[in-house]
Amino acid sequence: MDLLVLLIPTFPLVAVLLNGLLGSRYSHDLAHRLAWGSVGLSFLCSIGVFTETIRTGVAREVVAYQWIFGGDLTVNLAFLIDPLTCIMLLVVTGVGFLIHLYSVGYMHGEEGFTRFFTYMNLFMVSMLLLVMGNNYLVLFIGWEGVGLCSYLLIGYYFDKVSAAKAATKAFVVNRIGDAGFLLAIFLVFVNFKTLDYTQVFAQASQLSTGMATAIALCLLVGAVGKSAQIPLYTWLPDAMEGPTPVSALIHAATMVTAGVYMIVRNHVIYDMAPVALSTVAWVGGLTALFAATIGLVQTDIKRVLAYSTVSQLGYMFLACGIGAYTAAVFHLMTHAFFKALLFLSAGSVIHALSGEQNIMKMGGLKAKIPWTHALFLVGTLAIAGIFPLAGFWSKDEIMAHAFVHGQYALYAMAAIGAFLTAFYMFRLTYLTFYGTSRLDPHTAEHVHESPPIMIWPLAVLAVLSVLGGFLGVPPEAGWFHHFLHPVVTAVGAGEEHGGGVGLVMTLMVVATAIALLGWGLAHYLYSIRTEAADNVAAKAPGVYTTLLNKYYVDECYDALIVEPVKRLGLVWDWFDRTVIDGVVVGVGRMTQSGSALSTRIEKYVIYGALNVVGYANHLAARSWRRLQTGQVHQYAAIIVAGLFILVHLILAWWTGTSGTGMAR
Amino acid sequence: MTLPLTDLLAIFPELIIAATACLVLALDPITPAPRKGWLAWFSLGALAACFGITSLQMGVRTMAFSDLVIIDPYASFWKLLLYTVSGLTILLSMAYLKEERIHLTEYYGFLLLALSGMMVMVSAADLLTIYLGTELMSLSLYVLAGFKRADGRSLEASAKYFVLGAFSSGILLYGISLLFGVAGSTRLSAIASAVSARGLDDPALLLAMILLVVGFGFKIAVVPFHMWTPDVYEGAPTSVTAFMAVAAKAASFGAFLRVFLEGLGGLKANWHVLFLALCIATLALGNLVAIVQTNIKRMLAYSSIAHAGYALIGVVVAGQVTADSAVRSLGLSSVMLYLAIYALMTLGAFTVVALLRKGGLEGEAIEDFAGLAKRQPIAAFLMLVFMVSLAGIPPTAGFIGKFYLFMAAVKADLAWLAVLALLFAAVSAYYYLRVVMVMYMRDPQPSTGLAPHLVASPVLTVVLACALAGVLVLGLYPDPLVSLATQAVLALK
Repeated sequence: MDLLVLLIPTFPLVAVLLNGLLGSRYSHDLAHRLAWGSVGLSFLCSIGVFTETIRTGVAREVVAYQWIFGGDLTVNLAFLIDPLTCIMLLVVTGVGFLIHLYSVGYMHGEEGFTRFFTYMNLFMVSMLLLVMGNNYLVLFIGWEGVGLCSYLLIGYYFDKVSAAKAATKAFVVNRIGDAGFLLAIFLVFVNFKTLDYTQVFAQASQLSTGMATAIALCLLVGAVGKSAQIPLYTWLPDAMEGPTPVSALIHAATMVTAGVYMIVRNHVIYDMAPVALSTVAWVGGLTALFAATIGLVQTDIKRVLAYSTVSQLGYMFLACGIGAYTAAVFHLMTHAFFKALLFLSAGSVIHALSGEQNIMKMGGLKAKIPWTHALFLVGTLAIAGIFPLAGFWSKDEIMAHAFVHGQYALYAMAAIGAFLTAFYMFRLTYLTFYGTSRLDPHTAEHVHESPPIMIWPLAVLAVLSVLGGFLGVPPEAGWFHHFLHPVVTAVGAGEEHGGGVGLVMTLMVVATAIALLGWGLAHYLYSIRTEAADNVAAKAPGVYTTLLNKYYVDECYDALIVEPVKRLGLVWDWFDRTVIDGVVVGVGRMTQSGSALSTRIEKYVIYGALNVVGYANHLAARSWRRLQTGQVHQYAAIIVAGLFILVHLILAWWTGTSGTGMAR
Repeated sequence: MTLPLTDLLAIFPELIIAATACLVLALDPITPAPRKGWLAWFSLGALAACFGITSLQMGVRTMAFSDLVIIDPYASFWKLLLYTVSGLTILLSMAYLKEERIHLTEYYGFLLLALSGMMVMVSAADLLTIYLGTELMSLSLYVLAGFKRADGRSLEASAKYFVLGAFSSGILLYGISLLFGVAGSTRLSAIASAVSARGLDDPALLLAMILLVVGFGFKIAVVPFHMWTPDVYEGAPTSVTAFMAVAAKAASFGAFLRVFLEGLGGLKANWHVLFLALCIATLALGNLVAIVQTNIKRMLAYSSIAHAGYALIGVVVAGQVTADSAVRSLGLSSVMLYLAIYALMTLGAFTVVALLRKGGLEGEAIEDFAGLAKRQPIAAFLMLVFMVSLAGIPPTAGFIGKFYLFMAAVKADLAWLAVLALLFAAVSAYYYLRVVMVMYMRDPQPSTGLAPHLVASPVLTVVLACALAGVLVLGLYPDPLVSLATQAVLALK
C-alpha cells in the first residue's frame, strides 16, 4: 500500500514531464489522454488508499526520502494518510478528474491546448502534495506550487491585458499570505524543533497560550490569502479571467479550500488559542455576509459565482472558528461538488453563447440548452440549501452548531448570508435561463448544447450534489462524522453533540424557510414583476453603486498600498539618478569649462581629503570628456560618507552599552 | 633562500592556474587564428586538473610559507566553487566573445589571472597575502571590464571600476596598516591575540576594523559602498559581468569571513552591529531600486546587491554573541551555501542575457525579452527557472538558500531580521516575475520588428544545463552541499 500512496502524486507528475517536455512533438489527442488518464489513475489509487484506511482505521506515514537535514532540522518528503487526507484526496482527484474530462471538450481548439493540460496536471501534483504532506515544509511546497499554477492558469490568455494583470494580482496578494504562513512555520520550528505534524501535535500542549495564538494567527494570515477571505479576497473575483475549468477546479473546488484544510489540520493548535479561533470565526462570518452582498448586483455570470465562492469559504472558516471542524470539511466537500457543477454549467452556457458572460445579455435559454439548464438548476438548489440537497445538510450543520453553542451573532450573519445566497443564485438562474431572450441576434443563431464529454461530468457532479449530503445524515452523527472523528478530536474538544432533537428540527425548518424566502423574492423580482428590480436599484442608488463597485475595496488598496510602494521605489531611483547625476553632471560641466575654475571647484568639492578623486577629476578634464566621470567623485564621496556613518554608529553603540565611550 | 617542496605542493593549484595563465598569454601570438579556441579548452583542462587536486586536499589542513598561506576545508570549499564558476564562465565566453566579435585569447589569460588572485584570497592567513590576492583579482578584472574596446560604455565601466577600486584598496590598506601598528604583525593569528590582549574598546583597533569593513564592503558591493556596481555591471561585457557578480563576490566573501572570524573574532560584538546596519540598508536599497530598472543588467546588478544583503544575514548571525557556537556556525555555513546557490542561478541568468540577441545586438532592455516564450519556449523556461530561484520560490535552490539563512537568523533570536528579509524577498518577487511576465505575456514591440532569440551553441547548452541542473537538484536534494559547507566551517576558528 505504500507504493499505492506514492503513486498518487507520481502519475500526474509523469504526465507533467511528458506533456511539458515533449508536448509539442506529438498530437493533442495524446496530450489530453495523458492528462485525464493520469488523474484518473490517481483517483483509483486514492480509492484504494481510502478503503484501506476504512478497513484499518489508523493514520499512517509513508516516507519517500529524506529531503533536508542540517543542524537539528530533519525534513522528509513524506506523506500522512489519515481520514482527513483521504477525504481531501477523493475530492481533489475525483472532482479533478471530472473537470479534466470536461476540459477536453471546453478547451477543444484553443491555442496552447497542451500547455493548458500541463499546468492543470502540475496543479494536481502540487495540490496532492499539499493535502498529503506529513510536515509543514511539504505542505508549503504544495502551497506555493498551487499558487504558481493558479498564476499560470489565470494568465492563460496572456495576450489579454486584464488576464495578465489578474494573474499578477493573485500572485502578489497570495505572497502576502505566504509570508504569514512562513512565519508560522518558523515559529513552529523554534518551539518544537521539528516540522512533523505528529510530533508537533503531540507536544502542542506544552505551548503557552500566547505562542499558540501567535502561531495560529500567522497560519490564519496564510489561510486568508489562499482562501480569499477578508481582507485578502480581492484576487479571487479577478481570477475569473482564467478559462472556466480552471475557475471550477482551482478557484472553487480545490485550491481555495487549502486554507480550510490547513486550519482543520492544525486544529490542535487552534483549540489552544481561543482568541485566534474566534478571529477565524469572525473573519469567516463577515466574509460570508460581505461577499454575498456584493454578489447581489454583479452582472458577469462567473463573477457572481466567484463572490459566492468567497462567501461559501466564509462559512467554512466560520465552522472552523466555532470548533465545528467536521462540518467545515463536510461543507468543503459538498461545496466542491455543487460549485464545480455550477462553474462547469456556467462554462457550458458561455460555450453555447460563444463567449458571452454578461447575464443581462442572456435570458430564455431554458429551451435552447435544456441539459445545461437542468444541471445548473440542480447546482442552484444545492447551494441555496433546499432540502434535501447536499448544500442543505452541510450549511445547516454549520448554522445549527453556531446556534446551539450560543454564537447568536454569527448565526445571524450566517442566516442572512444564506438568504442572500438563495436570492442571488436564483436571480442568476432567472436572468440566465428564464424570461425573454436578451441575446444579440448574431449570438442567438449559434446557440447550441455542449457535447457529451462536457455534459457527462456535469451529470456525475449533479448526482453528487443531490446525494452527497446524505453522507452526513443524521447531523453530527452521520457516517462522515464517524470517519473523521479520530482526526478532529484527537486532543480535547470532545463535545461533538448538538442540542435536542426538537431544536435541531426547528433549526432545519428555519433554514429551509430562509432559503425558500430568498428563492421567493428572486422569483418575484425577476420572474413575476421584472421591472421591480430596477425600481429597487433606483430607489437606493448609493447602495447599488457601492455594491456594484464592490465597496471600492480595490480602489482603497491601490491608493493605500500599491501606489505608495511603487512611489517609494521611484523615489529611491530618483535619488540614485537625479540628485546624484544632477549634482555631478553639473560639477563635471563646470570642471570642463576652464582649468582654473576647475581646480577651485575640485578643491571645494572634494575638500582635500580625497586625492584619488582629484586624480579622477583630472583625467576627466583632460581626455575622457565623454565619460561621465563626474559620477566617480560622488561615488567615492559616498563611500567616505558611509565610512563616517559606520564610525558614528560604533561610537554611538559604545557610549550606549559601556557608558565609558571612546573618550578615554 | 630555498623554497621547501611541501610549501610549493600546498599551493600547487594556484601554481597551475598562474602558469596556465602565463602560457595562454604567451602562446596567443604564435597560435594560428583558427586554432585559438584550443587555448580556451587548454584553460578548462587546467581547471579540471585543479578541481581534482583540490578535491583531494579537501580533508587537509596545513600552513605553508611560514604561515602566510593556509590550506583547509574552508579554503577548498571556495576554491571548488571558484573552479566551477570559472569553468562555466569560460564556456559561456567562448560563445559570447564570438558573437560580440572580440574573440581574443588574452581574455582567458586575464580570467585565469583573476582566478589565481581569488584563490590566493581564500587561502590566505595573512592580511598582506589577502591584499596581494585582491589586487591580482581586481587588476585583471579592470582589464576584462574594458574588453569591448570599441564600446564607450565598456571603457567607462573599466575606468570607473579602476578609480573606485583603487580608492577602496587605499582604505583597505589603511586598515591593514593600523592593524599592523597594533599587533606588530599582519598574520591573522597574531592579530587575534593582539585583539584579546588589547580589549574591545581600543580606538585604533575599532577604526582599523571599520576601514576593513569599508574595504571589503566595496568588494562585495553592500550599501553604501555599492555605487559602482550598476554602472560597471551594465557597461562590462556580459560574460565578465557574470564572472564579477559571481566569482569575485564569492572570493571576497571567502576572504572577508576569514578575516573577521579568525583575525577580528574578538570584536564580534562590534562588527555585529555594523553588519546589521549594512545588511538592512543593502536589503532595502537593493530590492527597492531593482523594481524600477528597465535594463536587465542593471536590474541584476541591484539584485546582486540585494543578495549580498541576504548573505550578510548569516554574517550577522555569526557575530551574535548571545547565540551558541553551533548557531553561529550555522550562520556561516548558510552564507557559504547561499553564495554557492547564488552563483549558479546568477550565472544562469547572465548566460541567458549574454546570448539573447535582437537583430545582432545584445538585448539588454527587459522589454527585449517580450515574446521570447513564443519563439523559444525552452530559453524562456530556463530564464523562468532562474528568476523563480532568484526570487526564492520552491522547489528551486534559491528557496533552500534563503531557508537556511532565515532559519539561522531565527535560531539566533533575530527573528525580526528574518521577517524583514522575508518582506524584501516578497518585494523581489515583483521585479523577477516581471521578466517572466514580459517573456510570456507580451508580444515584441511591432515598431522595431525585431524579435529576440537566443544564440544556439553546444557550449552554451552545457552551461545552461549545468546551471539548471544545479538550481533544480540543489533545490530538491541540497544535502551534499550542506554537509560540505558545514564541514568547511568547522575549519574556521
